[in-house]
Amino acid sequence: MDQLTCKNLKLGYENITLTEDLSFSVEKGDYLCIVGENGAGKSTLMRTLLRLQKPLAGTIEYNDDLTASKIGYLPQQTIVQKDFPASVYEVVLSGCQNSLGVHLFYSKAAKKRAYDNMERLGISDLAKWCYRDLSGGQQQRVLLARALCATEKMLLLDEPVAGLDPLVTNEMYELIKKLNDEGITVIMISHDIVSSVKYAKHILHIGNEFFFGTVEDYKKSSAGSSYLEGGEAK
Amino acid sequence: MINTLISYLSYPFVRYALIVGVLIALCSSLLGVILVLKRFSYIGDGLSHVAFGAMAISAVVGLTDNMALTLPITIVCAILLLWTGQNTKIKGDAAIAMISVGALAVGYLLMNLFPTSSNISGDVCSTLFGSMKILTLTKNEVILSIVLSVIVVLLFVLFYNRFFAVTFDESFAKAVGTKTNLLNLLIATVIAVIIVLAMNLVGSLLVSALVIFPALSAMRIFKSFRSVTICSAVISVVCALLGIVLSLLLGTPVGSTIVVTDIAAFIICIIAGKIRG
Repeated sequence: MDQLTCKNLKLGYENITLTEDLSFSVEKGDYLCIVGENGAGKSTLMRTLLRLQKPLAGTIEYNDDLTASKIGYLPQQTIVQKDFPASVYEVVLSGCQNSLGVHLFYSKAAKKRAYDNMERLGISDLAKWCYRDLSGGQQQRVLLARALCATEKMLLLDEPVAGLDPLVTNEMYELIKKLNDEGITVIMISHDIVSSVKYAKHILHIGNEFFFGTVEDYKKSSAGSSYLEGGEAK
Repeated sequence: MINTLISYLSYPFVRYALIVGVLIALCSSLLGVILVLKRFSYIGDGLSHVAFGAMAISAVVGLTDNMALTLPITIVCAILLLWTGQNTKIKGDAAIAMISVGALAVGYLLMNLFPTSSNISGDVCSTLFGSMKILTLTKNEVILSIVLSVIVVLLFVLFYNRFFAVTFDESFAKAVGTKTNLLNLLIATVIAVIIVLAMNLVGSLLVSALVIFPALSAMRIFKSFRSVTICSAVISVVCALLGIVLSLLLGTPVGSTIVVTDIAAFIICIIAGKIRG
């Protein structure tokens, strides 16, 4: 079943069109990697899927009870967060804000969900730690737990392994794979083409060349083969 | 010394000063945590200069109650700076510098062109550094301060979770459907109200000290948002009380005495933070 269908999307800002005529769909349990050159519009596409900005043209359809506010989002870290005095629990709990509705304070169910998701990602013992004192990998786990609090269906990850060392990067990928195996749809922006091909089920390549399809087809395509050579040569 | 203090407390204007001082210190420290974390520490300074300019205008126009003009002008500027800050052509810090210096200059110019009293530099000095304004509060001003402070604290407590969410990660908050624009608007309005109130206490130049010092002190020691907020409020209230009492006993200006106690608290917190590790 398709959870998300994009038709003829045109993305960009007022005068600048980044990408045009973008059509693809994401089904339940999919693992989609979005790759492409810098400035191709990957982050813009993600922001559009989250309804943080409007597409210049085209439509996005959400199915399966999914709305933009029920997607778990893992944004890139901002400078503000680097030295933010907040405990891990506070950060994870803030993922439940879409369940606040008109209420002012978090319900017991929301608090339980925060604890459950910390357990799920193995950061329960860090609950009282200060976010800024954590390592890069731990911080990403915290933000992932927060994203999980917002969703049971779909995760949008914006370069989740940026700035992590190789060992932690692998752990992060395995963690995301585990969540995907549990049935959560994953859409990820990645610069790491080798791992994208290894873990993803579908690839969306935007920029100079366009490709949307399965990983196997991507490897054979012209966009994929030239990109993969570059990636492996690194 | 204690006896002197008790005899002072029998005067209503001293009690007014203490009540208003504590309330303003409480409000400014709560919002201070958010502003410091949102990288808007300097907005207090900018807005206080705007309020100074607005005060000059209301003095020239001849308004007796200058809050009627100061408050709306400052709120509008706060909204312009905080709300639209992200996507304007002039970036946040430059916009704040521009507006604050501009308002200061225009205010001083107006006061000179249309002098309302013979002692202009005295007037300017007392607006900038607070002087004894807090000791001359009328009952109505005290009531207004109390009402506004209660509203600010109430708003902060009620929207605590959302304020945290929008401060920690605005794009995530927006993505999951939190109305971040409205919240930013609320924060901007509240901070403008606090700054206009706080000008009575410490004067416009020292307002930002009241906003940022307690928050920075608390961040040295505590590791969660909740404890930082509570500690910031406690530090701010204690420093304000201590500052007012000291200034009464020593005959020093109220505003700068409060700020000096805030600085002392900051140094103590740095040391405590180092010891705690």
